Amino acid sequence: MNKKKSAWDKVPKAVWLLLSLGVAIALWLFAAYRWPIVFASPKKVLDAFISKGIDSPILWEHIWGSLSRVLSGFGIAFVLAIPTAFLMAWYEPFCRIVEPWIQFVRNIPPLAYVFLITAALGVGNIGKVTVIVIASFLVQVVTVYQGVKGVDATLIKAARVLGAGNRDIFFKIIIPASTPYILVAARLGLSTSLTTLMASEIVGGDRGLGMMIQKASGYYQMDVVLLGIIILGIIGISFEKIVKFLERRFTGWQETVQ
Amino acid sequence: MAGNSPVKVQIDHVVKKFNGRNGEMTALNGVDLNIHENEFVCVVGPSGCGKSTLLNIIGGLDKPTDGHVYVDGKEVDGPSPERGIVFQQYALFPWLTVEKNVMFGLLQQGVNRSEALETAHKYLKMVDLEEFAKAYPKELSGGMKQRVAIARAYAVNPKVLLMDEPFGALDAQTRTQLQTELLETWEKEQKTCFFITHDVEEAIILAQRVVIMHARPGRVKEIVDIDIPYPRDQATKMSPRFLELKNHIWKQVYEEYLAVRK
Repeated sequence: MNKKKSAWDKVPKAVWLLLSLGVAIALWLFAAYRWPIVFASPKKVLDAFISKGIDSPILWEHIWGSLSRVLSGFGIAFVLAIPTAFLMAWYEPFCRIVEPWIQFVRNIPPLAYVFLITAALGVGNIGKVTVIVIASFLVQVVTVYQGVKGVDATLIKAARVLGAGNRDIFFKIIIPASTPYILVAARLGLSTSLTTLMASEIVGGDRGLGMMIQKASGYYQMDVVLLGIIILGIIGISFEKIVKFLERRFTGWQETVQ
Repeated sequence: MAGNSPVKVQIDHVVKKFNGRNGEMTALNGVDLNIHENEFVCVVGPSGCGKSTLLNIIGGLDKPTDGHVYVDGKEVDGPSPERGIVFQQYALFPWLTVEKNVMFGLLQQGVNRSEALETAHKYLKMVDLEEFAKAYPKELSGGMKQRVAIARAYAVNPKVLLMDEPFGALDAQTRTQLQTELLETWEKEQKTCFFITHDVEEAIILAQRVVIMHARPGRVKEIVDIDIPYPRDQATKMSPRFLELKNHIWKQVYEEYLAVRK
Protein backbone atom coordinates (compact mmCIF):
# COMPACT_ATOMS: atom_id res chain seq x y z
CA MET A 1 0.00 0.00 0.00
CA ASN A 2 1.00 3.61 0.13
CA LYS A 3 2.86 3.44 3.39
CA LYS A 4 5.73 5.89 3.34
CA LYS A 5 9.10 4.25 2.93
CA SER A 6 11.20 5.08 5.95
CA ALA A 7 14.98 5.38 5.87
CA TRP A 8 15.15 2.06 7.72
CA ASP A 9 13.70 0.24 4.70
CA LYS A 10 16.90 0.91 2.79
CA VAL A 11 18.84 -1.48 5.02
CA PRO A 12 18.68 -5.01 3.58
CA LYS A 13 16.65 -7.63 5.45
CA ALA A 14 19.67 -9.89 6.01
CA VAL A 15 21.48 -7.07 7.79
CA TRP A 16 18.51 -6.56 10.10
CA LEU A 17 18.45 -10.26 10.86
CA LEU A 18 22.16 -10.31 11.70
CA LEU A 19 21.72 -7.23 13.85
CA SER A 20 18.79 -8.82 15.67
CA LEU A 21 20.86 -11.94 16.30
CA GLY A 22 23.80 -9.84 17.49
CA VAL A 23 21.67 -7.95 20.00
CA ALA A 24 20.17 -11.21 21.26
CA ILE A 25 23.62 -12.69 21.83
CA ALA A 26 24.75 -9.52 23.59
CA LEU A 27 21.75 -9.79 25.93
CA TRP A 28 22.50 -13.46 26.44
CA LEU A 29 26.16 -12.68 27.30
CA PHE A 30 24.98 -10.07 29.75
CA ALA A 31 22.53 -12.48 31.38
CA ALA A 32 25.22 -15.16 31.56
CA TYR A 33 27.56 -12.69 33.22
CA ARG A 34 24.96 -11.34 35.63
CA TRP A 35 23.23 -14.63 36.58
CA PRO A 36 25.83 -17.30 35.77
CA ILE A 37 24.05 -20.05 37.69
CA VAL A 38 20.86 -19.84 35.60
CA PHE A 39 22.09 -18.76 32.20
CA ALA A 40 24.89 -20.77 30.69
CA SER A 41 27.10 -18.69 28.42
CA PRO A 42 27.02 -19.18 24.64
CA LYS A 43 30.45 -20.78 24.95
CA LYS A 44 29.19 -23.38 27.41
CA VAL A 45 26.12 -24.14 25.31
CA LEU A 46 28.37 -24.59 22.28
CA ASP A 47 30.57 -26.94 24.31
CA ALA A 48 27.49 -28.90 25.33
CA PHE A 49 26.49 -29.12 21.68
CA ILE A 50 29.98 -30.40 20.73
CA SER A 51 30.10 -33.00 23.46
CA LYS A 52 26.56 -34.27 22.86
CA GLY A 53 26.17 -33.70 19.16
CA ILE A 54 29.60 -34.10 17.64
CA ASP A 55 31.62 -36.24 20.01
CA SER A 56 28.60 -38.49 20.53
CA PRO A 57 25.36 -39.09 18.60
CA ILE A 58 23.14 -38.79 21.68
CA LEU A 59 21.83 -35.30 20.83
CA TRP A 60 20.67 -36.44 17.42
CA GLU A 61 18.91 -39.40 18.98
CA HIS A 62 17.06 -36.99 21.26
CA ILE A 63 16.17 -34.74 18.34
CA TRP A 64 15.04 -37.67 16.24
CA GLY A 65 13.04 -39.08 19.15
CA SER A 66 11.11 -35.83 19.49
CA LEU A 67 10.87 -35.00 15.82
CA SER A 68 9.51 -38.41 14.90
CA ARG A 69 6.87 -38.09 17.63
CA VAL A 70 5.84 -34.61 16.54
CA LEU A 71 5.70 -35.50 12.87
CA SER A 72 3.86 -38.79 13.25
CA GLY A 73 1.44 -37.23 15.77
CA PHE A 74 0.82 -34.29 13.48
CA GLY A 75 0.56 -36.49 10.40
CA ILE A 76 -2.01 -38.84 11.91
CA ALA A 77 -4.00 -35.88 13.24
CA PHE A 78 -3.93 -34.15 9.84
CA VAL A 79 -5.15 -37.25 8.03
CA LEU A 80 -7.97 -37.71 10.56
CA ALA A 81 -8.93 -34.04 10.82
CA ILE A 82 -9.65 -33.42 7.14
CA PRO A 83 -12.33 -36.08 6.57
CA THR A 84 -13.82 -35.36 10.00
CA ALA A 85 -14.11 -31.68 9.17
CA PHE A 86 -15.71 -32.42 5.80
CA LEU A 87 -18.12 -34.84 7.41
CA MET A 88 -19.06 -32.21 9.99
CA ALA A 89 -19.66 -29.64 7.28
CA TRP A 90 -21.85 -31.99 5.26
CA TYR A 91 -23.85 -34.00 7.79
CA GLU A 92 -25.44 -31.75 10.31
CA PRO A 93 -26.38 -34.45 12.87
CA PHE A 94 -22.75 -35.58 12.99
CA CYS A 95 -21.61 -32.02 13.56
CA ARG A 96 -24.23 -31.40 16.28
CA ILE A 97 -23.03 -34.39 18.26
CA VAL A 98 -19.32 -34.10 17.75
CA GLU A 99 -18.74 -30.36 17.86
CA PRO A 100 -19.45 -29.91 21.59
CA TRP A 101 -16.90 -32.64 22.39
CA ILE A 102 -14.32 -30.93 20.25
CA GLN A 103 -14.91 -27.55 21.84
CA PHE A 104 -14.78 -29.09 25.31
CA VAL A 105 -11.59 -31.09 24.92
CA ARG A 106 -9.90 -28.40 22.85
CA ASN A 107 -9.88 -26.07 25.82
CA ILE A 108 -8.24 -28.53 28.19
CA PRO A 109 -4.44 -28.14 28.41
CA PRO A 110 -2.93 -31.41 27.10
CA LEU A 111 -0.76 -31.62 30.21
CA ALA A 112 -3.95 -32.42 32.11
CA TYR A 113 -4.82 -35.56 30.17
CA VAL A 114 -1.29 -36.83 29.61
CA PHE A 115 -1.54 -38.99 32.74
CA LEU A 116 -4.85 -40.48 31.72
CA ILE A 117 -3.45 -41.46 28.33
CA THR A 118 -0.29 -42.82 29.92
CA ALA A 119 -2.33 -44.93 32.30
CA ALA A 120 -4.24 -46.30 29.34
CA LEU A 121 -1.42 -46.75 26.82
CA GLY A 122 1.75 -46.85 28.87
CA VAL A 123 4.81 -44.61 28.92
CA GLY A 124 6.01 -45.78 25.51
CA ASN A 125 5.85 -44.01 22.18
CA ILE A 126 2.21 -44.89 21.53
CA GLY A 127 0.97 -42.95 24.54
CA LYS A 128 3.13 -39.95 23.74
CA VAL A 129 2.12 -39.81 20.10
CA THR A 130 -1.54 -40.21 21.07
CA VAL A 131 -1.41 -37.10 23.24
CA ILE A 132 0.02 -35.13 20.32
CA VAL A 133 -2.57 -36.57 17.94
CA ILE A 134 -5.45 -35.49 20.20
CA ALA A 135 -4.28 -31.92 20.73
CA SER A 136 -3.21 -31.38 17.14
CA PHE A 137 -6.33 -33.01 15.69
CA LEU A 138 -8.67 -30.73 17.63
CA VAL A 139 -6.96 -27.55 16.46
CA GLN A 140 -6.95 -28.71 12.85
CA VAL A 141 -10.49 -30.03 12.70
CA VAL A 142 -11.91 -26.70 13.90
CA THR A 143 -9.94 -24.70 11.34
CA VAL A 144 -10.69 -26.93 8.36
CA TYR A 145 -14.37 -27.10 9.33
CA GLN A 146 -14.62 -23.32 9.27
CA GLY A 147 -12.94 -23.29 5.88
CA VAL A 148 -15.30 -25.83 4.35
CA LYS A 149 -18.33 -24.07 5.81
CA GLY A 150 -17.10 -20.80 4.39
CA VAL A 151 -16.85 -21.94 0.77
CA ASP A 152 -18.68 -19.35 -1.33
CA ALA A 153 -22.07 -20.82 -2.29
CA THR A 154 -22.03 -18.86 -5.56
CA LEU A 155 -18.95 -20.78 -6.70
CA ILE A 156 -20.80 -24.04 -6.13
CA LYS A 157 -23.79 -22.73 -8.08
CA ALA A 158 -21.54 -21.54 -10.90
CA ALA A 159 -19.93 -24.97 -11.10
CA ARG A 160 -23.30 -26.73 -11.12
CA VAL A 161 -24.53 -24.55 -13.94
CA LEU A 162 -21.40 -25.45 -15.89
CA GLY A 163 -22.28 -29.13 -15.53
CA ALA A 164 -20.41 -30.23 -12.39
CA GLY A 165 -21.91 -33.12 -10.39
CA ASN A 166 -21.43 -33.79 -6.67
CA ARG A 167 -18.08 -35.50 -7.16
CA ASP A 168 -16.71 -32.65 -9.27
CA ILE A 169 -18.05 -30.09 -6.81
CA PHE A 170 -16.11 -31.85 -4.07
CA PHE A 171 -12.80 -32.29 -5.86
CA LYS A 172 -12.78 -29.26 -8.11
CA ILE A 173 -14.47 -26.65 -5.91
CA ILE A 174 -14.63 -27.54 -2.20
CA ILE A 175 -11.09 -28.91 -1.95
CA PRO A 176 -9.29 -26.07 -3.73
CA ALA A 177 -11.50 -23.46 -2.05
CA SER A 178 -10.59 -24.82 1.39
CA THR A 179 -6.87 -25.28 0.70
CA PRO A 180 -5.95 -21.99 2.41
CA TYR A 181 -7.69 -23.18 5.57
CA ILE A 182 -6.10 -26.59 5.34
CA LEU A 183 -2.69 -24.96 5.28
CA VAL A 184 -3.53 -22.68 8.19
CA ALA A 185 -4.69 -25.79 10.02
CA ALA A 186 -1.39 -27.49 9.23
CA ARG A 187 0.54 -24.56 10.64
CA LEU A 188 -1.49 -24.41 13.83
CA GLY A 189 -1.40 -28.20 14.08
CA LEU A 190 2.39 -28.32 13.83
CA SER A 191 2.92 -25.68 16.46
CA THR A 192 0.40 -27.38 18.74
CA SER A 193 2.19 -30.69 18.19
CA LEU A 194 5.45 -29.15 19.26
CA THR A 195 3.90 -27.58 22.37
CA THR A 196 2.20 -30.83 23.25
CA LEU A 197 5.44 -32.75 22.78
CA MET A 198 6.76 -31.25 26.01
CA ALA A 199 3.63 -32.30 27.86
CA SER A 200 3.81 -35.81 26.41
CA GLU A 201 7.44 -36.27 27.37
CA ILE A 202 6.85 -35.23 30.96
CA VAL A 203 6.01 -38.79 31.93
CA GLY A 204 9.57 -39.78 31.18
CA GLY A 205 11.18 -42.18 28.80
CA ASP A 206 14.41 -42.78 27.03
CA ARG A 207 14.95 -40.39 24.16
CA GLY A 208 13.53 -36.97 23.32
CA LEU A 209 14.40 -33.31 23.79
CA GLY A 210 11.87 -32.99 26.60
CA MET A 211 13.53 -35.85 28.42
CA MET A 212 16.95 -34.38 27.77
CA ILE A 213 15.91 -31.04 29.22
CA GLN A 214 14.25 -32.63 32.25
CA LYS A 215 17.17 -34.87 33.04
CA ALA A 216 19.69 -32.07 32.61
CA SER A 217 17.72 -29.74 34.85
CA GLY A 218 17.77 -32.46 37.51
CA TYR A 219 21.57 -32.30 37.49
CA TYR A 220 21.50 -28.55 37.08
CA GLN A 221 23.24 -28.73 33.71
CA MET A 222 21.84 -25.44 32.52
CA ASP A 223 23.96 -25.48 29.36
CA VAL A 224 22.15 -28.62 28.18
CA VAL A 225 18.77 -27.17 29.20
CA LEU A 226 19.41 -24.05 27.14
CA LEU A 227 20.70 -26.14 24.24
CA GLY A 228 17.45 -28.12 24.23
CA ILE A 229 15.35 -24.97 24.33
CA ILE A 230 17.25 -23.42 21.43
CA ILE A 231 16.91 -26.58 19.33
CA LEU A 232 13.16 -26.64 19.94
CA GLY A 233 13.03 -23.01 18.80
CA ILE A 234 14.89 -23.88 15.62
CA ILE A 235 12.55 -26.80 14.92
CA GLY A 236 9.51 -24.57 15.50
CA ILE A 237 10.65 -21.85 13.16
CA SER A 238 11.60 -24.40 10.49
CA PHE A 239 8.07 -25.83 10.58
CA GLU A 240 6.67 -22.35 10.21
CA LYS A 241 8.91 -21.58 7.23
CA ILE A 242 8.00 -24.82 5.49
CA VAL A 243 4.26 -24.22 5.80
CA LYS A 244 4.67 -20.58 4.73
CA PHE A 245 6.47 -21.84 1.65
CA LEU A 246 3.62 -24.26 0.89
CA GLU A 247 1.12 -21.47 1.37
CA ARG A 248 2.89 -19.29 -1.17
CA ARG A 249 3.10 -22.21 -3.53
CA PHE A 250 -0.52 -23.40 -3.30
CA THR A 251 -2.62 -20.41 -2.31
CA GLY A 252 -0.95 -17.60 -4.22
CA TRP A 253 -4.24 -17.15 -6.10
CA GLN A 254 -5.96 -15.77 -3.01
CA GLU A 255 -7.11 -12.18 -2.97
CA THR A 256 -5.20 -10.63 -0.11
CA VAL A 257 -6.66 -7.89 2.02
CA GLN A 258 -4.05 -5.21 2.46
CA MET B 1 -38.57 -9.61 -34.80
CA ALA B 2 -38.66 -11.70 -31.66
CA GLY B 3 -42.41 -12.00 -31.61
CA ASN B 4 -42.33 -14.21 -34.69
CA SER B 5 -39.66 -16.62 -33.54
CA PRO B 6 -40.61 -19.75 -31.58
CA VAL B 7 -40.93 -19.74 -27.80
CA LYS B 8 -37.65 -20.73 -26.17
CA VAL B 9 -38.47 -20.40 -22.50
CA GLN B 10 -41.98 -20.85 -21.24
CA ILE B 11 -42.64 -19.71 -17.68
CA ASP B 12 -45.95 -21.17 -16.71
CA HIS B 13 -47.62 -19.78 -13.59
CA VAL B 14 -44.57 -20.05 -11.37
CA VAL B 15 -45.19 -19.71 -7.64
CA LYS B 16 -42.43 -19.67 -5.05
CA LYS B 17 -42.99 -19.65 -1.31
CA PHE B 18 -40.31 -19.54 1.36
CA ASN B 19 -40.61 -20.52 4.98
CA GLY B 20 -39.16 -17.57 6.83
CA ARG B 21 -38.97 -16.53 10.45
CA ASN B 22 -42.30 -14.75 10.13
CA GLY B 23 -44.05 -17.73 8.62
CA GLU B 24 -44.62 -18.37 4.95
CA MET B 25 -43.49 -15.71 2.51
CA THR B 26 -44.62 -15.63 -1.10
CA ALA B 27 -41.78 -14.47 -3.34
CA LEU B 28 -43.45 -15.17 -6.67
CA ASN B 29 -47.17 -15.37 -7.11
CA GLY B 30 -47.99 -16.82 -10.50
CA VAL B 31 -45.51 -15.54 -13.04
CA ASP B 32 -46.36 -16.19 -16.70
CA LEU B 33 -43.89 -15.21 -19.39
CA ASN B 34 -42.74 -16.50 -22.76
CA ILE B 35 -39.25 -15.72 -23.99
CA HIS B 36 -38.67 -16.20 -27.69
CA GLU B 37 -35.69 -17.66 -29.49
CA ASN B 38 -32.79 -15.17 -29.58
CA GLU B 39 -34.82 -12.59 -27.72
CA PHE B 40 -33.26 -10.21 -25.22
CA VAL B 41 -35.58 -9.74 -22.24
CA CYS B 42 -34.81 -7.53 -19.26
CA VAL B 43 -36.60 -7.74 -15.95
CA VAL B 44 -36.81 -4.67 -13.73
CA GLY B 45 -38.34 -4.20 -10.32
CA PRO B 46 -37.42 -3.03 -6.85
CA SER B 47 -35.39 -5.24 -4.51
CA GLY B 48 -37.55 -7.99 -3.11
CA CYS B 49 -39.77 -8.37 -6.16
CA GLY B 50 -38.47 -11.91 -6.65
CA LYS B 51 -36.59 -11.30 -9.89
CA SER B 52 -33.49 -13.18 -8.72
CA THR B 53 -35.69 -16.00 -7.46
CA LEU B 54 -37.25 -16.25 -10.90
CA LEU B 55 -33.81 -16.39 -12.51
CA ASN B 56 -32.70 -19.13 -10.13
CA ILE B 57 -35.81 -21.14 -10.97
CA ILE B 58 -35.18 -20.83 -14.71
CA GLY B 59 -31.55 -21.76 -14.05
CA GLY B 60 -32.67 -24.86 -12.14
CA LEU B 61 -30.89 -23.78 -8.95
CA ASP B 62 -34.23 -23.40 -7.19
CA LYS B 63 -37.49 -25.33 -7.52
CA PRO B 64 -40.85 -23.59 -7.91
CA THR B 65 -43.46 -24.32 -5.24
CA ASP B 66 -45.98 -24.48 -8.04
CA GLY B 67 -45.93 -24.03 -11.82
CA HIS B 68 -43.39 -25.04 -14.42
CA VAL B 69 -40.58 -23.74 -16.56
CA TYR B 70 -39.98 -25.26 -19.99
CA VAL B 71 -37.00 -24.72 -22.25
CA ASP B 72 -37.59 -25.95 -25.80
CA GLY B 73 -40.68 -27.67 -24.46
CA LYS B 74 -38.70 -29.69 -21.91
CA GLU B 75 -39.36 -29.08 -18.24
CA VAL B 76 -36.47 -27.64 -16.23
CA ASP B 77 -35.37 -29.85 -13.35
CA GLY B 78 -31.97 -28.86 -12.02
CA PRO B 79 -29.07 -26.82 -13.31
CA SER B 80 -27.62 -27.56 -16.71
CA PRO B 81 -25.07 -26.07 -19.10
CA GLU B 82 -28.01 -25.42 -21.41
CA ARG B 83 -28.83 -22.47 -19.21
CA GLY B 84 -25.74 -20.42 -18.46
CA ILE B 85 -25.75 -17.96 -15.59
CA VAL B 86 -23.69 -14.82 -15.11
CA PHE B 87 -23.70 -13.77 -11.45
CA GLN B 88 -23.36 -10.29 -10.01
CA GLN B 89 -20.39 -11.43 -7.90
CA TYR B 90 -18.58 -12.80 -11.00
CA ALA B 91 -18.15 -16.23 -9.32
CA LEU B 92 -14.86 -16.94 -11.05
CA PHE B 93 -12.85 -19.78 -9.51
CA PRO B 94 -9.97 -17.85 -7.93
CA TRP B 95 -7.57 -20.81 -7.97
CA LEU B 96 -7.83 -21.20 -11.75
CA THR B 97 -6.30 -18.96 -14.37
CA VAL B 98 -8.59 -16.96 -16.63
CA GLU B 99 -8.27 -19.48 -19.45
CA LYS B 100 -8.92 -22.45 -17.13
CA ASN B 101 -12.00 -20.70 -15.78
CA VAL B 102 -13.37 -20.44 -19.30
CA MET B 103 -12.40 -24.05 -20.02
CA PHE B 104 -14.09 -25.38 -16.86
CA GLY B 105 -17.54 -25.96 -18.35
CA LEU B 106 -16.15 -27.41 -21.57
CA LEU B 107 -13.97 -29.95 -19.76
CA GLN B 108 -16.94 -30.79 -17.56
CA GLN B 109 -18.78 -31.70 -20.74
CA GLY B 110 -16.04 -34.03 -21.85
CA VAL B 111 -14.57 -31.77 -24.52
CA ASN B 112 -10.89 -32.66 -24.96
CA ARG B 113 -8.26 -30.27 -23.62
CA SER B 114 -6.89 -28.84 -26.83
CA GLU B 115 -10.34 -28.19 -28.21
CA ALA B 116 -11.45 -26.61 -24.93
CA LEU B 117 -8.38 -24.40 -24.94
CA GLU B 118 -9.12 -23.27 -28.46
CA THR B 119 -12.74 -22.46 -27.66
CA ALA B 120 -11.70 -20.65 -24.48
CA HIS B 121 -9.35 -18.45 -26.47
CA LYS B 122 -12.00 -17.73 -29.05
CA TYR B 123 -14.30 -16.35 -26.35
CA LEU B 124 -11.53 -14.57 -24.49
CA LYS B 125 -10.77 -12.81 -27.75
CA MET B 126 -14.46 -11.93 -28.00
CA VAL B 127 -14.30 -10.13 -24.64
CA ASP B 128 -10.89 -8.69 -25.52
CA LEU B 129 -8.99 -10.44 -22.74
CA GLU B 130 -6.90 -12.98 -24.60
CA GLU B 131 -3.67 -11.47 -23.29
CA PHE B 132 -4.83 -12.19 -19.74
CA ALA B 133 -5.40 -15.90 -20.37
CA LYS B 134 -2.71 -16.94 -17.90
CA ALA B 135 -3.60 -14.40 -15.22
CA TYR B 136 -5.44 -15.25 -12.01
CA PRO B 137 -8.75 -13.51 -11.26
CA LYS B 138 -7.18 -11.52 -8.43
CA GLU B 139 -5.07 -9.68 -10.99
CA LEU B 140 -8.16 -8.40 -12.84
CA SER B 141 -10.46 -5.41 -12.24
CA GLY B 142 -14.16 -5.97 -11.58
CA GLY B 143 -15.08 -5.22 -15.19
CA MET B 144 -12.48 -7.63 -16.52
CA LYS B 145 -13.65 -10.35 -14.14
CA GLN B 146 -17.20 -9.97 -15.38
CA ARG B 147 -16.02 -10.16 -18.99
CA VAL B 148 -14.29 -13.44 -18.15
CA ALA B 149 -17.50 -14.68 -16.54
CA ILE B 150 -19.42 -13.76 -19.71
CA ALA B 151 -16.83 -15.57 -21.84
CA ARG B 152 -17.13 -18.60 -19.54
CA ALA B 153 -20.92 -18.61 -19.91
CA TYR B 154 -20.74 -18.26 -23.72
CA ALA B 155 -18.04 -20.92 -24.10
CA VAL B 156 -20.39 -23.81 -23.27
CA ASN B 157 -22.81 -22.51 -25.89
CA PRO B 158 -25.95 -22.44 -23.71
CA LYS B 159 -29.41 -22.24 -25.21
CA VAL B 160 -30.31 -19.48 -22.79
CA LEU B 161 -28.11 -16.96 -21.02
CA LEU B 162 -29.36 -15.83 -17.61
CA MET B 163 -27.78 -12.73 -16.13
CA ASP B 164 -28.41 -11.66 -12.57
CA GLU B 165 -27.54 -7.96 -12.31
CA PRO B 166 -24.17 -8.71 -13.89
CA PHE B 167 -23.06 -5.09 -14.04
CA GLY B 168 -24.52 -4.06 -10.67
CA ALA B 169 -21.18 -3.96 -8.88
CA LEU B 170 -19.32 -1.97 -11.55
CA ASP B 171 -18.65 1.76 -11.86
CA ALA B 172 -20.71 3.77 -14.37
CA GLN B 173 -18.08 3.93 -17.14
CA THR B 174 -17.26 0.22 -17.02
CA ARG B 175 -20.93 -0.60 -16.92
CA THR B 176 -21.64 1.44 -20.06
CA GLN B 177 -18.71 -0.18 -21.81
CA LEU B 178 -19.87 -3.69 -20.92
CA GLN B 179 -23.43 -2.95 -22.02
CA THR B 180 -22.13 -1.99 -25.45
CA GLU B 181 -19.94 -5.08 -25.63
CA LEU B 182 -22.75 -7.35 -24.51
CA LEU B 183 -25.04 -5.97 -27.23
CA GLU B 184 -22.37 -6.49 -29.88
CA THR B 185 -21.86 -10.05 -28.72
CA TRP B 186 -25.56 -10.74 -28.63
CA GLU B 187 -26.04 -9.44 -32.16
CA LYS B 188 -23.13 -11.57 -33.37
CA GLU B 189 -23.76 -14.80 -31.44
CA GLN B 190 -27.58 -14.81 -31.40
CA LYS B 191 -28.56 -16.04 -27.99
CA THR B 192 -31.70 -15.97 -25.88
CA CYS B 193 -30.94 -13.60 -22.99
CA PHE B 194 -32.77 -13.10 -19.72
CA PHE B 195 -31.23 -10.15 -17.95
CA ILE B 196 -32.10 -8.84 -14.50
CA THR B 197 -31.34 -5.30 -13.47
CA HIS B 198 -32.66 -2.51 -11.31
CA ASP B 199 -31.26 0.08 -13.71
CA VAL B 200 -34.05 1.21 -16.04
CA GLU B 201 -31.70 2.79 -18.61
CA GLU B 202 -29.70 -0.41 -18.78
CA ALA B 203 -32.87 -2.41 -19.39
CA ILE B 204 -34.04 -0.18 -22.25
CA ILE B 205 -30.67 0.04 -23.99
CA LEU B 206 -30.32 -3.75 -23.98
CA ALA B 207 -33.73 -5.33 -24.29
CA GLN B 208 -36.33 -5.98 -26.92
CA ARG B 209 -38.88 -6.32 -24.15
CA VAL B 210 -38.74 -5.04 -20.58
CA VAL B 211 -40.70 -6.93 -17.96
CA ILE B 212 -41.75 -4.81 -14.99
CA MET B 213 -42.39 -6.78 -11.82
CA HIS B 214 -44.87 -6.15 -9.03
CA ALA B 215 -43.20 -6.34 -5.64
CA ARG B 216 -44.18 -8.62 -2.73
CA PRO B 217 -45.42 -10.91 -3.95
CA GLY B 218 -43.63 -10.82 -7.28
CA ARG B 219 -45.60 -11.10 -10.49
CA VAL B 220 -45.56 -9.52 -13.92
CA LYS B 221 -46.94 -6.00 -13.84
CA GLU B 222 -46.38 -4.89 -17.40
CA ILE B 223 -44.36 -5.89 -20.44
CA VAL B 224 -43.04 -3.00 -22.50
CA ASP B 225 -41.88 -3.49 -26.11
CA ILE B 226 -38.75 -1.48 -26.75
CA ASP B 227 -39.32 -0.38 -30.35
CA ILE B 228 -35.92 1.22 -30.78
CA PRO B 229 -33.97 -0.44 -33.58
CA TYR B 230 -30.54 -2.00 -33.09
CA PRO B 231 -27.65 -1.31 -33.17
CA ARG B 232 -28.10 0.90 -30.16
CA ASP B 233 -25.34 2.93 -28.58
CA GLN B 234 -24.92 5.53 -25.93
CA ALA B 235 -26.41 8.22 -28.22
CA THR B 236 -29.63 6.22 -28.15
CA LYS B 237 -30.03 7.31 -24.54
CA MET B 238 -30.64 10.88 -25.80
CA SER B 239 -33.38 10.00 -28.26
CA PRO B 240 -36.94 11.16 -27.49
CA ARG B 241 -38.35 7.63 -27.72
CA PHE B 242 -35.78 6.37 -25.22
CA LEU B 243 -36.62 9.14 -22.77
CA GLU B 244 -40.33 8.51 -23.20
CA LEU B 245 -39.90 4.79 -22.45
CA LYS B 246 -37.55 5.54 -19.58
CA ASN B 247 -40.08 7.90 -18.05
CA HIS B 248 -42.87 5.38 -18.29
CA ILE B 249 -40.91 2.39 -16.95
CA TRP B 250 -39.24 4.43 -14.23
CA LYS B 251 -42.66 5.58 -12.99
CA GLN B 252 -43.95 2.01 -12.87
CA VAL B 253 -40.90 0.76 -10.97
CA TYR B 254 -40.97 3.68 -8.58
CA GLU B 255 -44.62 2.97 -7.77
CA GLU B 256 -43.60 -0.54 -6.76
CA TYR B 257 -40.70 0.77 -4.76
CA LEU B 258 -43.04 3.05 -2.81
CA ALA B 259 -45.48 0.21 -2.25
CA VAL B 260 -42.93 -1.99 -0.48
CA ARG B 261 -40.91 0.74 1.25
CA LYS B 262 -41.62 0.71 4.95
